[in-house]
Amino acid sequence: MKFAIDVRGLNKYFGKKKVVDDLSLQVRPGEIFGFLGPNGSGKTTSIRLMCGLLTPDSGSGTCLGYDIIAESDAIKRNVGYMTQRFSFWEDLSIRENLDFIARVYQMPDRKASVENALNNLGLKARANQLAGTLSGGWKQRLALAACMLHRPALLLLDEPTAGVDPSARRDFWEELHRLAAQGISVLVSTHYMDEAERCHKLAYISHGALLAQGTAQEIVAAQQLFTWAIKGKMTDESLTQLSDVLASKPGVLQTAAFGNALHVTGRDPLMLEKTLRETVAGLPHEMVRTETSLEDVFIHLMRTPKETREPLQEQPRKVGQ
Amino acid sequence: MNRRSSLFTFSLARCWGVVLKEFLQLKRDRLTFAMVIGIPVMMLILFGYAINMDPKHLKTMMIDADRSEFSRSFIMAMHNTAYFDFVGELNNEAEGEAALARGDVQFVVNIPSDFSRRLVRGERPVVLVIADATDPAAASNAIGAVTRLAESVAWKDLGGPLARLNGSPPLFDVQVHRRYNPEGITQYNIVPGLMGVILIMTMVMITGLAMTRERERGTMENLLATPVRPLEMLTGKIVPYIFIGLIQATIILLAAISLFNVPFVGGILELYVVLLIYIAAALTVGITISSLARNQLQGVQMTFFFFLPNVLLSGFMFPFYGMPKWAQVIAHVLPMTYFNRLVRGIMLKGNSWLDLWPNVWPLMLFTVILMGVALKFYRRTLD
Repeated sequence: MKFAIDVRGLNKYFGKKKVVDDLSLQVRPGEIFGFLGPNGSGKTTSIRLMCGLLTPDSGSGTCLGYDIIAESDAIKRNVGYMTQRFSFWEDLSIRENLDFIARVYQMPDRKASVENALNNLGLKARANQLAGTLSGGWKQRLALAACMLHRPALLLLDEPTAGVDPSARRDFWEELHRLAAQGISVLVSTHYMDEAERCHKLAYISHGALLAQGTAQEIVAAQQLFTWAIKGKMTDESLTQLSDVLASKPGVLQTAAFGNALHVTGRDPLMLEKTLRETVAGLPHEMVRTETSLEDVFIHLMRTPKETREPLQEQPRKVGQ
Repeated sequence: MNRRSSLFTFSLARCWGVVLKEFLQLKRDRLTFAMVIGIPVMMLILFGYAINMDPKHLKTMMIDADRSEFSRSFIMAMHNTAYFDFVGELNNEAEGEAALARGDVQFVVNIPSDFSRRLVRGERPVVLVIADATDPAAASNAIGAVTRLAESVAWKDLGGPLARLNGSPPLFDVQVHRRYNPEGITQYNIVPGLMGVILIMTMVMITGLAMTRERERGTMENLLATPVRPLEMLTGKIVPYIFIGLIQATIILLAAISLFNVPFVGGILELYVVLLIYIAAALTVGITISSLARNQLQGVQMTFFFFLPNVLLSGFMFPFYGMPKWAQVIAHVLPMTYFNRLVRGIMLKGNSWLDLWPNVWPLMLFTVILMGVALKFYRRTLD
C-alpha cells in the first residue's frame, strides 16, 4: 500500500454551495498529515468524505486501499474517526462507552482492551463516571481512547485538541508521534500553528479548495514571501499605528503583530525593503530581515480573496468556477 | 462487498452491543421509564373509569301538562331506570327546546294535558321525549329504556272499571341479544382494547425518537463511523423495548382482571404470542418513523399521525362494521385493527389458534414490510 489516503478530484455540494472543490491529497503510511484552513473551509466535510460518512458528488479515492465509495464498511472497521464535536453517549459511563465501541468492533479481547485503554489514558479512576459529567479535556481523552480502541491503521482526527490545555496537547502529540512511529497514519485538522509544525506534512484548504500542500518548509518556500520584523521600544499603540500606515504602502502584503515585533510581509523584496526603510527612518525602531513563518504564510493564504488565488505550483488546477 | 449486500449482513455480536447500550441508556432515562409505567396506569384509569359508553343519570326536565296520577307514575318509572335524573319542570315546549339548545339537559319529557283522559279511553296517548342526540352513543341506551317503559310500567293506578286496560298487548316488542357481554359493561370491551392503544402509543413513540435522538445529540456521526450495520442497528434498538412492551401488557392485563373483572376465557400463551407479534409490529413502525424523521419533533408528529387512525378506525372507539367501507379499508392496513380482534377474541371469546390465524398473519406481514421500509430509508451516511 503506497498511500494510506489517496483521493483525487473530490467534489461535494451542499445544495448549490460547493463545499469541497476538486480536492486531491495523498497521505503516506506512518505520516502525520496536518489539515489546516479557516472555519467553514471544508475540512470536516473532506474528512467525512474520506471515511465514507458522506458520498462525494464526483471524484474517487482509496483509504487504506479500500474504495471510499464502494467499500466504506471495510474502511469503517480499520479507521479511527474522532469527530469535531464530542459524539459519545453522555448518559453512559466512560467504561460503558468504551465497552460499546469494543463490542461493535467485535474485539476478541474486549475486556482487556477496555481496561488497557482506561489505564493508558489515565481514565481508570473515572471509569464509572458518566461521560456527560466530564470536563472538555477529559471528554477529548475519552474520545481519543475510544477511536484508538480497535487499533486502527489510520486515524482521522477532526480538531482533536480544540479547547484542550497546552500540557494535555503536548501529551496528545507525543502519543500521535508514538503511533506514527508504529506505522499508523494520522490525518489531523487543527487551528494551532505549533501543532501544524509538528506534522510531517501539511495541507491548507480554503473555500473547499487545496491552496498549499507539502512540508512546512515547502509550503513557506512555495509562497515566495519575504518578511521583515520591526523591533524596538513600542507600545501597543505605536505598533497599531505603524501597522495601519504600512498596510497601504507599496510592496506590503500584510502586517502581523508578534509580541513586541511587527512582521511585515511582501512579495517583492526590493520594494518591501525600500518602503520599510523610508517608513522607519527617523523612528526609534530597527528592522531585521527574518524568516517567513508558517503563520505568516497562513495569514497570507487566509486573506487572499478567492478570485485572485494563484494556482498551486506542483498541481496546476483551474481557478474560479 | 458492496452496499446492497452489506445492507442485510448481520452480526449478532454487534447487534447485542447495541442492545446493551440501549438498555443502559433506558435505565438512566428516568422520565422515559416513568412514562412507560405511568401511561398504562393513567390510561387505564381514564378509559376504564372515566369513559362510559353507557352513561346514566342524564339530566332530564319534564313538561307535565296533565299532572295526574298516571303522569307521575310514568315519571317515576323513568327515574327508576337510572338513566334519567329529573332536575326540574318546564312550562311549555319552547322552554324545553331552549334548555336543550343550551345543553342544560339531555332530555325533555313532554306529557300532554289530555294524557290521562285519553289513556282512560284506551286511545294510546303519546308521551313525547325530546333527546339531545349530539352524541348518539350516549343517548341510545337511555332512549331504548324509555321506549320499553310503555310496556313494562305496571299500571297499578288502573283499578276498578279501568282494569280492563291492563294487560293489553304492546304495539311492539324489542328484543336485544348481547353476546359475550350480556350486561353491556363497557370495560369488558374497552380494557382489552386499551392494551392495543397503550402499546401502540408508547412503543411507536419511544422507538420513533430512538434514531432521531442519536442524530440530535450528535452521536449518530459516531455510530455511522462504526461498523454497525443498518439491520443490527435497527434490531438492537427494537429488542429492549419488546421487554418494556411485555411489562406494560402485563400491567394492563393484571389491572383488567383485578380492577375491572374482565373475564379471561382464552389461553395465556396465545395472548402473549399475539402480544409479541403486535409489539414487534408497533416497534417497526417506530423505527421506520425514526429513519424518516429529521428531528425529534417530526418524530412525535409522525407518531400521532399514525396513532390517531389506529385509535379511531380499529374498532376500539367505534364499532368496526358501523364504519363506512372506505374507513374499513384503511383500518385493514392498521395493526391495531387486527390486535383488537385478537385480544378480544382471546380474552372474551376464548379463540383458538385456528380462529386467530386470519388476524395474525396480516400483523406479521405488516412487520416484515415495515422493516424493509425502515432499512430502505435508513441513512447510512450524513448526506
